[in-house]
Amino acid sequence: MPVLTDSMRERITSLFARYPNKQAVTLPALHLVQQEFRHVSLEAVKEIAALLELRPAEVHDTMSFYGFFRDEQHPLGQHRVWVCRSLSCALRGGEELLAALCERLHVRPGETTADGKITLEFAECLGACEGAPCILVDDQCAMHVTAEKAEQILRNL
Amino acid sequence: MPKFKPVLLARVGKPDSALLSTYQRDGGYEALKKALSMPPDDVINVVKESGLRGRGGAGFPTGVKWTFLPKGHPGPIYLAVNADESEPGTFNNRILMEEDPHQILEGIAISCHAIRANTAYIYLRYEYGKSYRVLERAIEECYAAGIFGGNVLGTGFRLDVYLHRGAAAYICGEETGLIESLEGKRAWPRIKPPFPAIEGLFRKPTIVNNIETMACVTHILGRGAAWFKSIGVPADPANPRDAGSYGPKLYCLSGHVNRPGCYELPLGVTARELIEEHGGGVPHGRNVKAVVPGGISMGFLAAHELDIPLDFNGPGKAGCLGLGTAAVIVIDDATSMVDVLYNCCRFFSHESCGQCTPCREGTAWMTKILHRIRSGQGELRDLDLLLEVAGSMGIIPGTTICGLSDGAAWPVKNALQKFRPEFEAYIRERRSTLKPAEMWSAH
Repeated sequence: MPVLTDSMRERITSLFARYPNKQAVTLPALHLVQQEFRHVSLEAVKEIAALLELRPAEVHDTMSFYGFFRDEQHPLGQHRVWVCRSLSCALRGGEELLAALCERLHVRPGETTADGKITLEFAECLGACEGAPCILVDDQCAMHVTAEKAEQILRNL
Repeated sequence: MPKFKPVLLARVGKPDSALLSTYQRDGGYEALKKALSMPPDDVINVVKESGLRGRGGAGFPTGVKWTFLPKGHPGPIYLAVNADESEPGTFNNRILMEEDPHQILEGIAISCHAIRANTAYIYLRYEYGKSYRVLERAIEECYAAGIFGGNVLGTGFRLDVYLHRGAAAYICGEETGLIESLEGKRAWPRIKPPFPAIEGLFRKPTIVNNIETMACVTHILGRGAAWFKSIGVPADPANPRDAGSYGPKLYCLSGHVNRPGCYELPLGVTARELIEEHGGGVPHGRNVKAVVPGGISMGFLAAHELDIPLDFNGPGKAGCLGLGTAAVIVIDDATSMVDVLYNCCRFFSHESCGQCTPCREGTAWMTKILHRIRSGQGELRDLDLLLEVAGSMGIIPGTTICGLSDGAAWPVKNALQKFRPEFEAYIRERRSTLKPAEMWSAH
């Protein structure tokens, strides 16, 4: 049973025209699959490889390089919350914010809450240093985040 | 000195600043029209004459880089725009993309005409979700208005611009790492030569330029090379290798300042002016202990070095690696430099791509040694060990393929050169500033 739906396949193949070869669609395809399934399974890797005319090992090699992608043993929750720990944020309480969220959610960085709702991560510089400490909720940035403000953001998810 | 009127940030914060209609109302895409009426080589010459140096960190003269493309190449030639802004402390590209995307897209179109590229890829770090959506819309507007596509502004020039999202890896900001990543591979930097201008993306001649550089190109074509060259710090006539520091620069100010933010100023402003006049000083009545001059990979300025101009030459005179991205991070005197250095080392250890052993192992061991010191278990000889590791990794000693390693070593070298007594006292007193919070994000 294939895991990629027809619509996903169409979205992936529609990108071929943008590049002189199909391998360049590897990252876009991985993003698309992870966005939909919250992980990229080995079966999905094989199907992406078939679409891109690559060996599964080539797709897996790329996927495993970027800590961003999760395999089926480590799926993401519904939302992914990143807390910046790099210097500008650390000078303004980034580490403490991360600790507060770990305690509030009962998870360690990289883990997902028991209800499957939130995966908490630490991030290296999110590029919002003027609003340190900052967090990223999926791909939306929030600045000047206190533990209280973070809790409010998480509650509204 | 009269107050500098922002050019790159002129439209930031204005209503609908990201829309094509308001951009054109403000005179947008006139510079592109002008460029398209010129032969490509003339456009390159204007950029060369302006003295523009790349804003992404290395500061290589942009026009000169463009001339490295092979003459009379049948194509394709590619433009890869580096929007992987990930150097800690840096956020100016993000502001440009979110607030004034057409200023960048116009620079991209001008550059493509100049280098005879028909395809540009914008490699955008994944974390910049808003930038992605704003740029995506702006690109659609350009296609609909005939600015991109098969017949750019009716001139017959064909141009396609595509957005390509990264996947949260700092190394993709290194130009050949970016190319490998765009090709769908792990972002392992390539050995140079061949340089990308000869053999780059998809094995074709490629120019890699930063977002802020593209915005500068728009204004250079619009206002002329002489205008650009009238701003900043002229080349030192006594130094034939100095290419000067011309034009406005987007300085990113963060850390312990009252008004962090992105400030557009002529190249050559000092850290002291930035902190005191623009940043409103250090909070809580504290003083500056150290300043990161251009992203953490450039090292540190000590408190007595704040009057050094932040141009392409200044930080180097104080032993820093360079101007980098001009991201200025202020560290106050209540902060431990041991903690700061640990934070820097942990970053590079996390972001080393693992290809070259001295970098992969060196960054990891420097982090472990600093962790030991911060646990109260350090020994004085650890400081020499840190220096030995830092001194043996990078392009400068000749042991790695790319400069990530030099950037990882520099904060260590600067910290131990400028703040050694603080490190020695920390070790002797068996202090420990490990915070309970940090066990959550331990390396």
